[in-house]
Amino acid sequence: MRVNFTVNGRRQEADDVWEGESLLYVLRERLGLPGSKNACEQGECGSCTVRLDGVPVCSCLVAAGQVEGREVVTVEGLADFAKQRAEHSGHGGACATGACGGTSLQDARSWTAKGTDSQTGEGTELSPIQQAFIDAGAVQCGFCTPGLLVAADELLEHNASPTDADIREALSGNLCRCTGYEKILDAVRLAAARQGEAV
Amino acid sequence: MALNPRVAAVPAGTPTKVTQGSQTKGGIGESTLRPDGTLKVTGEFAYSSDMWHEDMLWGQTLRSTVAHAEIRSIDVSEAVAMPGVYAVLTYDDLPAEMKNYGLEIQDTPVLAHGKVRHHGEPVALVAADHPETARRAAARIRIDYAELPLITDEASATAPDAVLVHENRDDHHIGHVPHPNIVHRQPIVRGDVAEARKRADVIVEGEYVFGMQDQAFLGPESGLAVPAEDGGVDLYVATQWLHSDLRQIAPVLGLPAEKVRMTLSGVGGAFGGREDLSMQIHACLLALRTGKPVKIVYNRFESFFGHVHRHPAKLHYEHGATRDGKLTHLKCRIVLDGGAYASASPAVVGNAASLSVGPYVVDDVDIEAIALYSNNPPCGAMRGFGAVQACFAYEAQMDKLAAALGMDPVELRQLNAMEQGTIMPTGQPVDSPAPVAELLRRVKSRPLPPERQWEVAGGEADVRALPGGLSNTTHGEGVVRGVGYAVGIKNVGFSEGFDDYSTARVRMEVVGGEPVATVHTAMAEVGQGGVTVHAQIARTELGVTQVTIHPADTQVGSAGSTSASRQTYVTGGAVKNSCELVREKVLEIGRRKFGSYHPAWATAELLLEGGKVVTDGGEVLSDLVDVLEDEAVEVEAEWRHRPTEAFDLRTGQGNGHVQYSFAAHRAVVEVDTELGLVKVVELACAQDVGKALNPLSVVGQIQGGTTQGLGVAVMEEIIVDPKTAKVRNPSFTDYLIPTILDTPTIPVDVLELADEHAPYGLRGIGEAPTLSSTPAVLAAIRDATGLELNRTPVRPEHLTGT
Amino acid sequence: MDFLRPAGWEEALAAKAEHPTAVPIAGGTDIMVEINFDHRRPEYLLDLNRITELSEWEVGEESVRLGASVPYTRIMENLRTELPGLALASHTVASPQIRNRGGVGGNLGTASPAGDAHPALLAAGAEVEVESVRGTRLIPIDEFYTGVKRNALAPDELIRAVHIRKADGPQQYSKVGTRNAMVIAVCAFGIALHPETRTVRTGIGSAAPTPVRAEAAEEFLNAALAEGGFWDSGKIITPSIAKQFAELASGACNPIDDVRGTARYRRHAVGIMARRTLGWTWEQYRGSGRTLEGAA
Repeated sequence: MRVNFTVNGRRQEADDVWEGESLLYVLRERLGLPGSKNACEQGECGSCTVRLDGVPVCSCLVAAGQVEGREVVTVEGLADFAKQRAEHSGHGGACATGACGGTSLQDARSWTAKGTDSQTGEGTELSPIQQAFIDAGAVQCGFCTPGLLVAADELLEHNASPTDADIREALSGNLCRCTGYEKILDAVRLAAARQGEAV
Repeated sequence: MALNPRVAAVPAGTPTKVTQGSQTKGGIGESTLRPDGTLKVTGEFAYSSDMWHEDMLWGQTLRSTVAHAEIRSIDVSEAVAMPGVYAVLTYDDLPAEMKNYGLEIQDTPVLAHGKVRHHGEPVALVAADHPETARRAAARIRIDYAELPLITDEASATAPDAVLVHENRDDHHIGHVPHPNIVHRQPIVRGDVAEARKRADVIVEGEYVFGMQDQAFLGPESGLAVPAEDGGVDLYVATQWLHSDLRQIAPVLGLPAEKVRMTLSGVGGAFGGREDLSMQIHACLLALRTGKPVKIVYNRFESFFGHVHRHPAKLHYEHGATRDGKLTHLKCRIVLDGGAYASASPAVVGNAASLSVGPYVVDDVDIEAIALYSNNPPCGAMRGFGAVQACFAYEAQMDKLAAALGMDPVELRQLNAMEQGTIMPTGQPVDSPAPVAELLRRVKSRPLPPERQWEVAGGEADVRALPGGLSNTTHGEGVVRGVGYAVGIKNVGFSEGFDDYSTARVRMEVVGGEPVATVHTAMAEVGQGGVTVHAQIARTELGVTQVTIHPADTQVGSAGSTSASRQTYVTGGAVKNSCELVREKVLEIGRRKFGSYHPAWATAELLLEGGKVVTDGGEVLSDLVDVLEDEAVEVEAEWRHRPTEAFDLRTGQGNGHVQYSFAAHRAVVEVDTELGLVKVVELACAQDVGKALNPLSVVGQIQGGTTQGLGVAVMEEIIVDPKTAKVRNPSFTDYLIPTILDTPTIPVDVLELADEHAPYGLRGIGEAPTLSSTPAVLAAIRDATGLELNRTPVRPEHLTGT
Repeated sequence: MDFLRPAGWEEALAAKAEHPTAVPIAGGTDIMVEINFDHRRPEYLLDLNRITELSEWEVGEESVRLGASVPYTRIMENLRTELPGLALASHTVASPQIRNRGGVGGNLGTASPAGDAHPALLAAGAEVEVESVRGTRLIPIDEFYTGVKRNALAPDELIRAVHIRKADGPQQYSKVGTRNAMVIAVCAFGIALHPETRTVRTGIGSAAPTPVRAEAAEEFLNAALAEGGFWDSGKIITPSIAKQFAELASGACNPIDDVRGTARYRRHAVGIMARRTLGWTWEQYRGSGRTLEGAA
């Protein structure tokens, strides 16, 4: 069958799609977007998380045919997506009083790595959460990273100053085997703090 | 986003050079950031499952549905006839004389020959134009099995009439094992246990069980094999050791090693699970047969059968102590189940035996460790192997002993803690710092986390902070806090006389008016951050800011395995060594060109710093750009750590290890004692790392290792049905690993006591935190519940007596 | 395999009538796992995503008509007052990503005893609205589950909605899993106090071949509460009543040993959850004007 949908703002058409194929397979194998990862294919790890009409979902559990006419954002489009969001909605949503339960910028930075020499992909524009993952050391093997980024970006979109418990709950559908999650928490706190500072 | 049409001469996702540069110094000791970080956060980093090639086929493996059976017949005719199927291969299609592979013992058939020895053993391969076509074809292969009796434990393995898992063994262990169903046996005997036992005022015994843990790396086994015009094959794959793979692959393909060119693709975690081959040979066979590129990607179900697991173990321990708490002796027997194939079992036995005492001083020991052959899933390498199982048991024993003596468990450990100069039970002196007592002191002196953190304003309970979490099982009822401690010892690097070396090729040249270093090794970057550290070493040694990390491949000498906590030590050492050789050559050029202009060229200690040649007094002699001009300096050299010796097969004596690594944990848990659910509240760690080359990465390793230890304490276990030897939970639905809500804060205290034998004084760090985390959590649960708890993982049934 | 994409409800019913073997797919959180893992190859997949009314709900006088595909996330966010038990149960479903896709229709269609919604529906009291080209019928929730992963649907029927009684008293839901998030139930328990009728209803998940009510426990408790005048007095329920209620709830289980837990543990845990959730709901009931929402 043929499936037409929008990925990262671009119209896409996939042909000869087998009816049992998942959105994940179509993204990875037919559209050249392997950023969403295939770690469990049963909705138990979150590595394939994408936004489907704005909602974070496991793309491994969406049948390709179900995305006809719909909009998908993957990790490959996350930087543009975040940029457009910032431009159009002025979103940042920082708590004016600074008493919203999130981590202060100062606290978030107290552990910050010194030296910023990740030069690969120089000139690549990153979303705040992507940059924070690099800066906080939240990336090791990186296989869980794309799904975590999509989920964490969505958390910060609707909750600009999440508490640690909020972060843990929002990311409880994303498994990471390398980091023990501590640096992932750091990254989300850092992105939230920077986002607050920017507004 | 630009969509690549993905027409490619080289496969899409082929690793490219990663250039790391800096305005800052970025040398060792700084928390520089990962050179692959940007690629990994944008989704552009090419993992082995992301590879794509025009015209590529999909490979599928048909695996045995029974654990032990004779194969009476295989009928592939229906599968071959299916449209879209390009090849179906069985044992009879293997092209070379060599049909087996294995890390140490070549006992593993590439495809089953006449017999399967475990559930999920590969029997046949299919290549087709779509993964679904390949699956359907594999499902149409008919195999007639005649089931054989099962070997599932020590009793069935060594029974008088036991079926042999491997007939006609001719490996180098068969001469000293008591039974052909035992892979390897290592005793360690030192002192006089019978005499020492008489001095003991207190003796404690225990029988401990350690469950089968899975590495559960997130990136499933995968890769792409591309047939080459010269009759060879290019293989892009995720592995831990390219050259070890190559050594096993080429003979089975009937190809000389130089015709099998391997390149490391992005690796989605490893933890030991990629030391053995998985789909490598299969993809190459299909590619060579069809003349087309073949991609194989396991799904999670298959991944549980596609790699070895951590050895489950039964451990019997006896410790004695005097009234004042001094250990008198230790007797222990460790039985590891290696499953159907040897994999790393011999080395696991060596570690378990030689580290079975833990980081304590015991002069009189009687130790035996064995690994079985059985029809259970093959077990091999996983983070901390051998030492992990032993640590769980000896730390439980230390608590038991402290209770029997009426002593504080931390004080008992400190009283018996080893130090620099202690003699190991193998007779080997510990010749670098061993701050065991200090590590314990540090975790103990940390303030305890506040009680009842689930209480929020208005008397409500935040279930996210309680055992059961989001499942809303308690609002504080039945919840009891417990605190537990543990400490462990792990060897670093390959032991027992193994020639453990690495190779680094370092090149220095001027590019765009700037001196640039290129580091080329075959080191498998599996997430640990070796690539970050290599760039740091090159900057420190060569004084450049721009460092390019070349993709890892087999065009350079072996780097050894990314395991045994060894890569920063050994390949880091090799990079350092090659950089030093490059530096010497650069200085020679400088002396030749400019020596006559300044006497310091001949007399002073010269360094490369900030792109310049400087004296140790800081005087600038020349820009590197002027020294090099258009000349490139390149060195490829092997580097070795101090040699080790084999353990004596009867006494276990020998200088078997090169370095040790120590970590201690304090676990604070809250247990819902009625439902048997556990919330780990905090898991503090103190570890000596010798020298933190990259402090941010060091802490990340410690937190990650700690969490894997937590997992096997409270949830992780591959459950094998003892009646069928079949795996019952090969999925992420039923093999659970910790989520972010199961993982507590993990404060880390890093000590840096240099090991003078190691590069920069560093100590391998990856595994030690995985050891002590599990027994610390268990100790805390015992503290909360008062239960004995002699097995891990602990399940709710064990805590509720149901 | 064929992929049927009806644009509307009538078209979906027609497709199901024409292809009774068609497997409905909405959130996909069950069926796609089976397809990905090669456990199932249905002849037809019937996509219900484009039928917007399935993702809508109406709050009526007596009950909420909850569309079969309303995601669990929406239930948690919007129906905590009307359906507190189901909202709590929704919060325990898998992960945020799954809660964004899955709905009660999927739990009912699959009818796995481990489905998280079932105990809450049993306790609240509900009717499943199913429809085919032949017409509509309402199946009482107590008659809906007919066996392990079997339900009362005819081959040509689709689940349109669930009519769930609006809470007239406190409700609670507990589930035991061996992980603190993203876990399938080892067993689960739902309870709803119905002060208007002075009754208590319960639901047990994953501890019998089908989701079940603890009927003997309910009968015992209803009688004990009436006899002791507890509904009027708002007194603390005596420990002996709570204990017996818990024991009877345990007794309502007919569990098996499997990789997720032992039968004995399931019986034990259901008893503990029954006692605790009774305590929580009764405490809520005793305080006047207290919220009916769950604590989570």
